[in-house]
Amino acid sequence: MTPLLTVEDLSVGFGRGESVVKNISFKVHPGETLALVGESGSGKTVTCRAVLRILPRVAQIRTGRVTLNGPDGLIELSTLGDRAMRKVRGNLVSMIFQEPMRSLSPLHRIGNQVAEVLWIHRGASEKSARREVLDTFEKVGFPDPERAYRSYPFELSGGMQQRAMIAMAMVSKPDLLIADEPTTALDVTTQAQVLGLMKDLQRETGMAMVLVTHDLGVVANMAEQVVVMRKGRVMESGAAEPLLRAPAHPYTQQLFDAAPTIPATPKLAPPMPDDDLILQLKSVSKTYTLRASSMFKPDVLIHACRGVDLNLPRGKTLAIVGESGSGKTTAARVALGAEPPDEGGEVLFRSNPDGEPVAVHKMNRAARTAFQRQAQMVFQDPYSSLSPRMRIQAAMTEPLEIHNIGSRAEQYDKAVAMLRQVGLNEGMLKRFPHAFSGGQRQRLSIARALMLDPSLLVCDEPTSALDVSVQDQILTLLEDIRDKMNLSYLFISHDLAVVARIADEVAVMRQGLVVEQAPPDTLFYNPKHPYTKALIAAQPTPDIDRPINLKLVAQGAGSADSWPEAFRFTDDVIPSLTQLEPGHKVRCHV
Amino acid sequence: MAILRYALYRFATMLLTLLVVSGLVFVIINLPPGDYLSNQIAELRATGQSAGVAKAEFLRTEYALDRPLYQQYLIWIGFIPGPHGFSGLIQGNFGWSFEFDNPVAEIVGDTLWLTVLVNLAAVLFVYMVALPLGVLAAAKSKTWVDYTSAFVGYLGLATPNFLLALIMFYYGHKYFDLPIGGLMDPIYEGEPMSWEKTKSILIHLIVPTFVIGTSGAAGMMQRLRANLLDELGKPYVDTAIAKGMHPVRMLTKYPLRMAFNPFVADIGNLLPSMISGSVLVSVVLGLQTIGPTLLTALKTQDLFLSGFVLMFVALLTLVGTMVSDVLLVLLDPRIQYEGRET
Repeated sequence: MTPLLTVEDLSVGFGRGESVVKNISFKVHPGETLALVGESGSGKTVTCRAVLRILPRVAQIRTGRVTLNGPDGLIELSTLGDRAMRKVRGNLVSMIFQEPMRSLSPLHRIGNQVAEVLWIHRGASEKSARREVLDTFEKVGFPDPERAYRSYPFELSGGMQQRAMIAMAMVSKPDLLIADEPTTALDVTTQAQVLGLMKDLQRETGMAMVLVTHDLGVVANMAEQVVVMRKGRVMESGAAEPLLRAPAHPYTQQLFDAAPTIPATPKLAPPMPDDDLILQLKSVSKTYTLRASSMFKPDVLIHACRGVDLNLPRGKTLAIVGESGSGKTTAARVALGAEPPDEGGEVLFRSNPDGEPVAVHKMNRAARTAFQRQAQMVFQDPYSSLSPRMRIQAAMTEPLEIHNIGSRAEQYDKAVAMLRQVGLNEGMLKRFPHAFSGGQRQRLSIARALMLDPSLLVCDEPTSALDVSVQDQILTLLEDIRDKMNLSYLFISHDLAVVARIADEVAVMRQGLVVEQAPPDTLFYNPKHPYTKALIAAQPTPDIDRPINLKLVAQGAGSADSWPEAFRFTDDVIPSLTQLEPGHKVRCHV
Repeated sequence: MAILRYALYRFATMLLTLLVVSGLVFVIINLPPGDYLSNQIAELRATGQSAGVAKAEFLRTEYALDRPLYQQYLIWIGFIPGPHGFSGLIQGNFGWSFEFDNPVAEIVGDTLWLTVLVNLAAVLFVYMVALPLGVLAAAKSKTWVDYTSAFVGYLGLATPNFLLALIMFYYGHKYFDLPIGGLMDPIYEGEPMSWEKTKSILIHLIVPTFVIGTSGAAGMMQRLRANLLDELGKPYVDTAIAKGMHPVRMLTKYPLRMAFNPFVADIGNLLPSMISGSVLVSVVLGLQTIGPTLLTALKTQDLFLSGFVLMFVALLTLVGTMVSDVLLVLLDPRIQYEGRET
């Protein structure tokens, strides 16, 4: 069989620099999915963009050929003229990008942007294109295609935007779809649904796919062929099944080891102790008021958190897991005292085992300053949480200066000690943040949080902006310093697999409510709530024998009305959190 | 329909703003000690011309300048009756100019419309020059097209307007036989509008439009270029290319639409800065615009004249902002206004 796409000896470079893609070759057969796997900087995105020559102006294809087996014979894409290339783009080969929000024009209606493909390539009239687009919208799962046609991107959720992107790529029925990290920016259950959709569409139309991803779990669920890349070179390639079962190259093996997974055979775990609680959230609710658009309509109340009760014992890690909008970040902000809870809620903090618990939101000035020293935060994005204009030394010693602690020399010594603690060295103090990689920056953020000798760290998705291998290192570091310095963590994450490793207890949140709470192993061993089941089922695991169970995802990830009777809740009737076994609570009607 | 309601709402807030501005204008004009008449009276007394003093005193009561400040203000606007009943701005009486010894309406009269004309021409010039050049500079960034337009642009920004006016004056006359000074041939002054007069005005407009508009166009061009370059790096541009769009069509449909917002939002700012900026140019070129009048009025503390001119400039600004606000709502679906259907 002739391959649909042949890439031979492809090298791409920027300006006068060294090539970032070096002598890559692969083939994609009709109807087949090839996954390009690698970490950031591996050249996977540049490779897939080079196929359609959608590259920055300074990039040049230095060697190699890209050939497409089109309907009228072979087309050499790497040397094709601009005009002929435009006939290929969006027609024979289409592309999906990572961030749907930014990849759609905010000023044009979805229908217009999708139908445009047909106007360009089929010369279709406004009306006939519309019919075809509506059909495609139906296929990609828009509940109301007419409405979607009229919508602007900002009126849709991330998952729906990505569906619109897929519709745009599919509407011309291309032979090949190139998807550049199509689900990385999406929540895990949405990711599962979008991946399922892509597979269905592929089965239906028989198109081939090039899937660029950093996630081996996605590869295991989607691909027939795999190309593992690192620093612009192919490390290993071949059919997916043998490669995933027994990776030959040490780098592939390393990626496997780093990928966080939900254990395949979890055991029941003992509940957390509750004798020495450092932080206690007692029926914390947080309601935001959205001003109504007109004086005659009532204001809209948004319940970000509803009656959250959480206990964090000293030296342990409590994780809050949920999708965007579940209220996990709000709960953390209230816990840190950044926002007051609604009337009746309380946050108690006990600085040492013998001390009395103090209400975080009723502290006087001095107590508050002391609390701020003891509770520190590590943020999600290490690129924007360090000031680019401050040297590392200044960024590190700033907390000490604010709290007036120690002489300059003492502050410097402390900074050195903390840098060593996170695996960096003294020589780095004089540098600016731009001289560090993402992983190093996150180490710096952790070191800065440690400067004040805190006893409580709130980690807000500390690894979600990092590569898997770096994520692995950061998690190890967090575990190490927790045990060494007897820290307690409140760990916010959307990723059950990450949490599986570090947490002692997990609270799963949905629509501002904790729906299930247990030690991670218990949770995986015996998940009760449909939403927890959906989260676990949606998690892509790099194990070819454990594919995503879309049925479970669909059952739990929808709105609360679609859950079984026992778990359902409305605005007024909310079932209470019921203890099933020691340390395992589920929100259900008994 | 919703957009009409929004436009009405914006119009109402504009009137309110105008009222606040009128208060500010009145207070600020009255901040320096004394007024035109008391200065004149003092001068007449010093030179011993008591007849003039009597006339000035008469004018003081005639225009209620002997009343408390807040009453003067209310009379000026027309909220309370003055010595001759209700006769303020809202009744259409713009007051008396002491300096020129004539009603304000008569003094500003034609110049008002000529000011609007000159500045509208300059604004049009700014947009007509900045739009194509800015787009071209962004599309061909880091090439000689970009560098040349940037160089010319900076030259335009850096040259003082009055100097440019003098240069244009000289060379325009020498090589193109462009008329010098004024906004029309003197023979048409005071004549009714005719085809010949219009033609004369248009030819006279060339130099002032160019002079007043150059720096604005240069600045606007650079802003458009920077905005457009930002937009060109965004992912939705890649999406459009991946669809197989022609580059020119792609550029005009997507990034240009995005880069247009600040371009439109500038309308409001452009008008007042041009009017105040063109005073010197008007003096040099001998244009009968409102600028030189304002200058004289402010220098001599001619209360009603300067007040009226300032109010007029404020009105132009507010109208400009209103127009750009309404245009923005039409252009950008993300901007919400009351009662918008979703």
